[in-house]
Amino acid sequence: MNIRTYISQLIVLVVLMGCDPSQINSPYTEEEGASAVLYQSFSERPKHLDPATAYSENEYAFIAQIYEPPFQYHYLKRPYQLTPLTASKMPEINYLDSQGNKLVGDVQDHDIAYTDYVIDIQSGIQFQPHPALAKNAQGEYRYHHLSEAQIQEVKTLNDFVDTGSRELTAEDYVHQIKRLAHPKIQSPIAEMMKNYIIGFEDFSKQVASLQKTELKNQSISGVEVTGRYQYRIRVKGKYPQFIFWLAMPFFSPMPWEADVFYEQAGLSNKNITLDWYPIGTGPYLLAENNPNRRMILLKNPQFHSELYPSEGEPGDKQNGLLADAGKRLPFIDKVIFTLEKETIPYWTKFLQGYYDASGIASDSFDQAIQFTGSGGATLTDSMKEKEIKLQTLVEASIFYMGFNMLDPIVGGDSESARKLRQAISIAVDYEEFISIFRNGRGVVAQGVIPPGIFGYTDTKAGINPYNYDWIDNKAQRKKIEEARHLMEEAGYLNGIDPKTNEALILYFDTAAVSVDDRPTMNWYRKQFEKLGIKLVVRGTDYNRFQEKMRNGNEQIFVWGWNADYPDPENLFFLLYGPNSKVKYGGENAGNYQSAAFDKLFEKMRNMDNNEQRYQIIQELQEVVRHDAPWVFGFHPKNFSLFHSWYSNLKPNVMANNRLKYTRIDTLERTEKRKHWNHPQWLPVILTLLVFVCLLVPAIHAYRRSAKETLQ
Amino acid sequence: MIQYIIRRFFYAFPLLLGVNILTFVLFFIVNSPDDMARMQLGQKHVTEQSIANWKQQHGYDRPLLWNPKASGEEKVTQTIFYQKSVGLFLFRFGVSDSGRNIGADIQERMWPSLALALPTLIVGLLVDVTFALMMVLFRGGTLEQAGIVLCVALMSISSLFYIIGGQFIVAKVLKLVPISGYDDGLIAIKFLILPVLIGVFSGVGSGVRWYRTLFLEEVEKDYVRTARAKGLSETQTLFRHVLRNALIPILTGVVVILPLLFMGSLIMESFFSIPGLGSYTIDAINSQDFAIVRTMVFLGSVLYVVGLLLTDISYTLVDPRVRLS
Repeated sequence: MNIRTYISQLIVLVVLMGCDPSQINSPYTEEEGASAVLYQSFSERPKHLDPATAYSENEYAFIAQIYEPPFQYHYLKRPYQLTPLTASKMPEINYLDSQGNKLVGDVQDHDIAYTDYVIDIQSGIQFQPHPALAKNAQGEYRYHHLSEAQIQEVKTLNDFVDTGSRELTAEDYVHQIKRLAHPKIQSPIAEMMKNYIIGFEDFSKQVASLQKTELKNQSISGVEVTGRYQYRIRVKGKYPQFIFWLAMPFFSPMPWEADVFYEQAGLSNKNITLDWYPIGTGPYLLAENNPNRRMILLKNPQFHSELYPSEGEPGDKQNGLLADAGKRLPFIDKVIFTLEKETIPYWTKFLQGYYDASGIASDSFDQAIQFTGSGGATLTDSMKEKEIKLQTLVEASIFYMGFNMLDPIVGGDSESARKLRQAISIAVDYEEFISIFRNGRGVVAQGVIPPGIFGYTDTKAGINPYNYDWIDNKAQRKKIEEARHLMEEAGYLNGIDPKTNEALILYFDTAAVSVDDRPTMNWYRKQFEKLGIKLVVRGTDYNRFQEKMRNGNEQIFVWGWNADYPDPENLFFLLYGPNSKVKYGGENAGNYQSAAFDKLFEKMRNMDNNEQRYQIIQELQEVVRHDAPWVFGFHPKNFSLFHSWYSNLKPNVMANNRLKYTRIDTLERTEKRKHWNHPQWLPVILTLLVFVCLLVPAIHAYRRSAKETLQ
Repeated sequence: MIQYIIRRFFYAFPLLLGVNILTFVLFFIVNSPDDMARMQLGQKHVTEQSIANWKQQHGYDRPLLWNPKASGEEKVTQTIFYQKSVGLFLFRFGVSDSGRNIGADIQERMWPSLALALPTLIVGLLVDVTFALMMVLFRGGTLEQAGIVLCVALMSISSLFYIIGGQFIVAKVLKLVPISGYDDGLIAIKFLILPVLIGVFSGVGSGVRWYRTLFLEEVEKDYVRTARAKGLSETQTLFRHVLRNALIPILTGVVVILPLLFMGSLIMESFFSIPGLGSYTIDAINSQDFAIVRTMVFLGSVLYVVGLLLTDISYTLVDPRVRLS
């Protein structure tokens, strides 16, 4: 940085601090100009930005705006439904027999040996400008053969002067599937996809010793480019949920040039990798990547034409959600994500208007939300005064208390153990839990399925009849006496274990061992005390806890699951016998095994959403409610706050690429920021005056004492 | 002096090796390579095969300290300890378990840490020394007593309180500075004013009391009495003679921490969103990233050794009687 830059920065600093009084506490130093800039925050740095490896919410917050899988969730329609994104239409799905012949007519599941997904993508879609695609006048790639000296000079991706682009083709999607299979990339879904995509496992072995740059010339038997804009994926048997995977960033296109560019020796030493510098076709590109400070997304100048949806749910029009119907996306030019680890500065910045949206931390909850007499959440007066908007959304997740079904006391399918579990299910009052520990942010679970997923109902038919009664048109937890009665039937009268003639001791295994977790653990103890059971909390570190779970050494535990896609299969599989954690290392953490459940699940998972599937789902719910392998805990409810200048907001737990639909009114924001951020100089001046007033007599006293010494 | 520095360098080598072994043992008592793989691969769809694959890709599929299956020197070299530790002595920090180059991360993050820590140290030192001298100036009087009470009161308050209180009053109520954030170059001043002020203020209590003790020890010495007898005023005596002679203990405290300023401050950087190294180690421990943990512990040890060496050298600069041999 030269002296001229320093001087210009000094001038900017002086201007910002001195002349514009509304900007003195602004954390932003760049001029917005006429562009629409959205200010967001993130609390945890993303680990991966490569779509083959990224799998968490904080990573999707970025890459879902950059990469485009062939399909996406409709922004407005409910229940959630898929629509084409880069695909020109929904995929053609063909069922094949074991010989590879296409099955026609009324196809039975057992006849289907393979399913082909034929995907057509739109022509004319371009990748974002990127150095990996830059070519020289001779048509050769400009930066594919960098010398050591050239790499030495580079610090960030922006140091590459030239960029290029090219058209998206089906080959790019196929290349990404090859990347998913490459062992060196370590995609979290690779092991799972081996069970579905034909040739995936063999391909993985075939390329194990090869560099990523060589993937281009290798072929995978089940994934084939059938035209410049068409490719075909062949999966084993019938797997209707596969289409949901095609709407996740894992299946986004990746140009082979990206691997060739980033794999050049020396670039990774500067953290210039595909894992940190994406290359996509989406509405935004990552212009600045400093995960320790801020990430900046800029509107992709090459973004293809995509229009705001013209259809939605009833009521969307009245709520202004169709005002932008048919307009070209995105509406926001630049998004600045700032790392904000602590909730106090984060919340203050939101109130000052420096963040456009905010979650609500526990310590600011009372400041933002109040509950009405009927139990509904509403904004406090101070929030209403600022015209802040509240949006609530029940997540497609479930937190539950699980029983280890291999345990001799709480597990197994004996009548005694089942009644013990049912009694505990009544006693553990999750309504109270939500009220105390989550500020009311949750919905008590009546079964496995969260609201918004096919099969869920909030009517009388949807309650857990073993734990709840339907009274006054709402579910009401059964009285504790019924739980005590079940305890008696289970052979534990008043909670006394007949083997020891003392209170039954159960063990709660957890990794929640911090001081902050003590109230929660005490609460669990009290719930079990209602039945006379002594609950012993066995706290351990995260690794040992996981080890216990893998070996089946736990007794009672708390676990959670966030659905990958809006299908009941992605939740019920958590109780499917062949997914047992101890036996098969699967996601069935409690090792629940029920022949009736497994049979119903196998039937349900491949079905389309129709009345018959709905009925089977209800049967599945009934089986697990009766067997009670879980105390169905709660579905978390997300509370978000938005400033009045933020519009086109509709909760959508499945779509991660929501940014392109949203809009901000920058004029209103500027006005409100000015109004809210007048600096208060008077207290500072008064403090200085007091200091001077104290200093004068002190100096006077010192001079007098100095004179006295001399005398 | 050169000989002395070389000797200290060689003394440091076994010390650093010991620190390295200790870090390695402590880390792997708590975490196994399998645990690390699970942490990096996330919660969903993790299979034994993917764990084995991760370990192989990151070099954690070898034995920890001794490889009985290997032959000759490979029994030692084909171990996780050897493969992951030798590079440190050449300042090759390698790649973190999440795939980022550690050296590049440290280079990027140490400057914001320094931008916060250095002004806090300098301003803090000036303020502490000035107030300590003033208290010595008014020693035996009500002002000194009041100063001591104030210092004890300031020392008794948690630094977290200063941070939250400072943010609340200065940034939220008075709206004079951004509550958190950072920028490059001189614009960073705008973001550093408040954390530096808070850093200085939170250290005033203990700092002033410490320097007051040093100065009080000096003012009773013969040369001070001589200076007074020669007719120097109290301020001249204190600022010209006492301060200069009290520099050795001041240097002991200051120079030793100078290299460590690069390492940053966890709480301060976290609350003010300063992208420094403060949280780098803690984040790495939480995410079981051994590559970063070993690097940061090693770097901390090296910087401490350098700090001690600098202190010894600085003695010779401020006190001509001291010779390094």
